Amino acid sequence: MSDQNNKPAVAFVREQPIPASPPPTSASGPVRWLQENLFPTWGNALLTVISLYVIYVVLSSSLPWILGGVWNTSSLAECREVLDGRSAACFSVLRERWNQLMFGFKYPPEFYWRPILAFFLMLVAAAPVLFPDLPRKMLVFTGLYPFVAFWLIWGGTILSPLLALAGCVLGYLAYSKWVSRSFAAGFFGGIAVAFVVWWLGGLLIPEGASDNAMLPAVASRDLGGFMLNMMLGVTCVSLSVPLGIALALGRQSDLPIVKGICVIFIEFIRGVPLITLLFVASVMLAYLFPPDATVDLFLRVVIMITMFSAAYIAEVIRGGLAALPKGQKEAADSLGLDYAQAMRLIILPQALKISIPGIVNVAVGLFKDTTLVSVISMFDIVGMIRGPILASTEWNGVYWELFLFAAVLFFVVCYSISQYSQWLERRLETDHR
Amino acid sequence: MAESARLQVSDEVAISITNMNKWYGTFHVLRDIDLTVYRGERIVICGPSGSGKSTLIRCINALEEHQKGKIVVDGTELSSDLKNIDKIRSEVGMCFQHFNLFPHLTILENCTLAPIWVRKIPQKEAQETAMHFLEKVKIPDQADKYPGQLSGGQQQRVAIARSLCMKPRVMLFDEPTSALDPEMIKEVLDTMIELAEEGMTMLCVTHEMGFARQVANRVIFMDAGQIVEQNEPEEFFNNPQSERTQLFLSQILGH
Ligand SMILES: Nc1ncnc2c1ncn2[C@@H]1O[C@H](COP(=O)(O)OP(=O)(O)O)[C@@H](O)[C@H]1O
Ligand SMILES: [Mg+2]
Repeated sequence: MSDQNNKPAVAFVREQPIPASPPPTSASGPVRWLQENLFPTWGNALLTVISLYVIYVVLSSSLPWILGGVWNTSSLAECREVLDGRSAACFSVLRERWNQLMFGFKYPPEFYWRPILAFFLMLVAAAPVLFPDLPRKMLVFTGLYPFVAFWLIWGGTILSPLLALAGCVLGYLAYSKWVSRSFAAGFFGGIAVAFVVWWLGGLLIPEGASDNAMLPAVASRDLGGFMLNMMLGVTCVSLSVPLGIALALGRQSDLPIVKGICVIFIEFIRGVPLITLLFVASVMLAYLFPPDATVDLFLRVVIMITMFSAAYIAEVIRGGLAALPKGQKEAADSLGLDYAQAMRLIILPQALKISIPGIVNVAVGLFKDTTLVSVISMFDIVGMIRGPILASTEWNGVYWELFLFAAVLFFVVCYSISQYSQWLERRLETDHR
Repeated sequence: MAESARLQVSDEVAISITNMNKWYGTFHVLRDIDLTVYRGERIVICGPSGSGKSTLIRCINALEEHQKGKIVVDGTELSSDLKNIDKIRSEVGMCFQHFNLFPHLTILENCTLAPIWVRKIPQKEAQETAMHFLEKVKIPDQADKYPGQLSGGQQQRVAIARSLCMKPRVMLFDEPTSALDPEMIKEVLDTMIELAEEGMTMLCVTHEMGFARQVANRVIFMDAGQIVEQNEPEEFFNNPQSERTQLFLSQILGH
């Protein structure tokens, strides 16, 4: 070799390509796992031991209480007798008052099948909305569901839900006719048409139409229990998402009046506690409507909760809209899509996807906030517990069991919503970034 | 392409811009723009950054509003009437520097969306058209992927195909290759050259001077919101008249 000094050679040519090899396998096994995850250092080992001790203390006091619970007595006094000084739960109240916890204390027991049927139909109606892979034809049933459920739960003349349906259909037709002129014309025109239809139709429905109806009428004030929470939750979530979208888009509008209304609405509603809105619904709204218009308390509460959460959802969606690159709207425009098409096909699918965690957050909060109606003397599950059940002589004093049960019910629903939303986020993942 | 054939265009007017002015607030971005584009013409627009090239071509399909003057595209005047704007936009295709593909839709859906919703073409037919144009830009095998899975050059070719699916009469390009890695520029330019050879009317903002020499019948140089010079490519590059053009050309060709 001529090159005798130790200078590194600059020129380099690879002659043999390096073949791909599998990654090094890391050591595994349960002992190894324990060592790495629970006892990696002395400090961590100490924390692990303390945590285990805390878990032990909690479980050792609560598990016997739950597992040793009594289910078959007819009052708290009997429970105490059976337990004979032992500390354990008295779950009998759940058994004995099950119907009241679920349906309230005034819903006629012979009609319990109606809300139960409505509940199962709701699962069918929600499925195509929640799971994009299901056939789109199922959405027809979803569209009809609100009217079916209304009829099932409240009963009375079938003319009312039919009228409501007619208003929606005609409103939609008006929207699709005018939307080509401008989106605002279609949107507000459609709403106006729907209201006119409802008002005119309301005059046409005869006075005693509900008296001999196929499904006897049940008054709103007779609804109660967890059914009322579910009804408020489902209705308000499904109304506040579209309203929130409309508000978010309105806030970005070029029309100063629309924009102004949306901004004031959102800022005002967000600045007020929900409980005050509910009091307004229960007391004051009656003064705002014409004296003979008996707007149902349920409807008033739905309006208030919907407005409240729609304002929050609008802000969540505004964040999603702001996160989209400007080029998306421009590309949609340059292809000749009109405003409604660009929003529906391009902007909202992306903005909503970004907003899913925020919307779910609001929805979960809303669902739990439906218990606030107990404050305005509606007998939802919390209202039932605090009112008729705890006030009864048999069950006076059974706090833990009842509120634990209510908490478990809410937890199951809210945790399912949360799990669903995480699944949906993964399902919609198409960025591959 | 023979030189004479290249310069020969019909005398049918595709776009006519007269005395057009635009302001951003008080900033006068476009000043007295007069430009007539004949059907089949390929025009390259160049000029320093910030000179208003993008704004000019974005005015042509009303992505930006002009405040004074007149723009007529295919016989339809651009006014604030939404009907006219939508009509013009569906006749004029546009490709952007950053592609602006719809990331939540597959390549095929990107291409069929506007034909289905704007042109009301049945889905089946729209898909066939889309596959035809995807074949033309040489990526039919990517049809079921999402934009995020494609390289920049592929994405830009999809964007071109997406515009072509609307069967536009004019194509606008805003720096279609300037966000691409060098090895991908050629594949996009090849697609554009092919399009030019088929007689598409094109307005193209680009600094690819090789492309300008090869396909343009006119090169327009803009500076400070004005059209400073326009000429046939040979003349433009070999014999620039204005000082600003000379300076610009020396900067981009000079190394
Ligand atoms: N939306 C806008 N608002 C205000 N000024 C803008 C806007 N868009 C562009 N401009 C300004 O207008 C000028 C021309 O921009 P542009 O047409 O993008 O230039 P080019 O494409 O030639 O680089 C630039 O000075 C730019 O800063
Ligand atoms: Mg530009």
